[in-house]
Amino acid sequence: MEFALFLIRRVLWSLLVLVGLSVVIFVIARGMPGDPARMALGPRASQEQVDDLREKLGLDRPLIEQYGLYVSGLARGDLGQSLLTERPVNDDIRNTFAATFELVLVTITFAFVLGVPLGVAAARWKDRWPDNVVRLLAIFSAVTPSFFLALLLQILAGYVLHVLPTTGRLPPTMVFSPDMTGLVLIDSLLQGRFDAFAEGLRHVLLPATALAAATMGQIARITRASMIDVSSQDYIEASRAFGVPEPVRVFKYMLRPSFVPPLTILGLEFASLIGNAFVVELVFSWPGMAAYGIRTILQKDLNAVMGVVMVSGVFFVMVNLVIDVLVGFVDPRVRIRGRR
Amino acid sequence: MSAETVAGVRRLSNAYQNWYRFSRNPTAMIGLTIVVVCVLAAIFAPLITPYPEHVGAVVNFRARHLPPSAEYWFGTDNVGRDIFSRVVFGMRVSLLLAVVVLGTAIPFGTVLGLLAGYYGGWVEIVIMRITDIALAIPPLVMALAVAAVLSPDLINSMMAIAALWWTWHTRLIYSITRQIRTQEFVEAAETLGASKFHILFREILPNCVSALAVKTSLDCGFVILVGASLSFLGLGIQPPTPDLGTMVASGASFLPDYWWESVLPGCAILFLALGFNLLGDGLRDLFDVEDVR
Repeated sequence: MEFALFLIRRVLWSLLVLVGLSVVIFVIARGMPGDPARMALGPRASQEQVDDLREKLGLDRPLIEQYGLYVSGLARGDLGQSLLTERPVNDDIRNTFAATFELVLVTITFAFVLGVPLGVAAARWKDRWPDNVVRLLAIFSAVTPSFFLALLLQILAGYVLHVLPTTGRLPPTMVFSPDMTGLVLIDSLLQGRFDAFAEGLRHVLLPATALAAATMGQIARITRASMIDVSSQDYIEASRAFGVPEPVRVFKYMLRPSFVPPLTILGLEFASLIGNAFVVELVFSWPGMAAYGIRTILQKDLNAVMGVVMVSGVFFVMVNLVIDVLVGFVDPRVRIRGRR
Repeated sequence: MSAETVAGVRRLSNAYQNWYRFSRNPTAMIGLTIVVVCVLAAIFAPLITPYPEHVGAVVNFRARHLPPSAEYWFGTDNVGRDIFSRVVFGMRVSLLLAVVVLGTAIPFGTVLGLLAGYYGGWVEIVIMRITDIALAIPPLVMALAVAAVLSPDLINSMMAIAALWWTWHTRLIYSITRQIRTQEFVEAAETLGASKFHILFREILPNCVSALAVKTSLDCGFVILVGASLSFLGLGIQPPTPDLGTMVASGASFLPDYWWESVLPGCAILFLALGFNLLGDGLRDLFDVEDVR
């Protein structure tokens, strides 16, 4: 019951953020100088063509009405039409988003699977060599630009060692379409195509590593700090006095409460992770939202750009919702205290 | 001695003690050295670089794609320009970006954080909810969107980044202000009838300075990284003006044979960000403000 209340409050709050987000995006798109129809058609289009497009898009109506149309579209999950191709923006984004989503999912997995044990090791052997190595790793992963790391990995693994593919999601010759969930790694397993799964994994390895590094470093650092913090608590001392075996103490009593800070960090850092995903996707020719977003930006296709920003924002809000619920699950105190 | 002199001496000896503790921390000193060297190099770029004229659209085809040597420390690029000179000038752009973005975001974010934390009530609700909304937009994606509406150049990108960056400062100052607004010295000032302006800026703000210093140093590194990513995507300052992210991007097409053309400018970005990060970590240890990231 108490958990349900927490959930309801959290979902309502996410909805409010989404409404705010739609206002911000609308203000940017319509409030900035310049006419979207004119920009999309270019300086050589005739005034009639521009007026025509304006009318079709409803740009000639009052702003409030335009916003109403925009939001009612969003509520139905409709992002409008591309100004250039007149295709629904939804279709374009749905295809590219699945690729981005898969990359981000693998990235988060990497960041946690590597980051948490590193943090635990650093805390366990505080001020000894494992701690120093982890600290060095954390600093360098935080200050290396993702696109630079992506390039370095690409040269090293792709051109020098020739061990991993450096572009795309699957080999161009492979016939496989992820048409169930849109995720290659999951659809290939569902369809029993293990060759596609292996290739998909090989392809995602480098981009996900490049993208995960910064987050992994942060997670290792935070896990270390909170493990050290928890280890000085009385109940840990008590468990030691009672002779609870060390693995139980470290993993059950210390790690569980230490999970909360890394999760919260991931939520906050998620926005910059999406930003970095754009750059990494470009380096590895990953067919995600980045390529689409950048192309539509250069083409001044405002509706498509608004769609990309909105989807990134929704993605952020959703991930944070999931994280908050997870935190409430791991740490019951949060449910009672309320948000964060 | 007058009271003012005593306070002055105490402040001085405090600063001296802080400096003593700071200088005992090797990584902090490495960070400070990197930052000072880079800032000086950026300021005096025309004097210290061997080929300051290579900043422009110089073409010297006989010297193209030369590897690093005594003559060209970082090698030359695809039109024969000295990469070292261009990297030093590129640092100017990166540092300028950091100064402008943080110079706008910090005052704005600080004032909002002070107001939300001190007044509470609906002021807090409005400000902090807006902050949460702004936090949901990735700065890089926002900069891309603004570049789509306006034109892709450095000024617009900086504006877009600054328009979102204040949120972090608001959250930081808000949490500190909320903690100290009920302390005795604030209540004493209120009882004495001090103006709100005095309470916010003379009583509360000084207690945020150390946290702000840490945050600012760390942020310099992050803003430089975001700026480099933008120019890597072609949305930064336009050529031929040298920019580190642009250099990495244009050199990338000559990888791996002419690796220096993108690897060395990339290392320069890393070096800058590393300096600010180590400095920030050092300041954090010094001021003992753990929560600031």
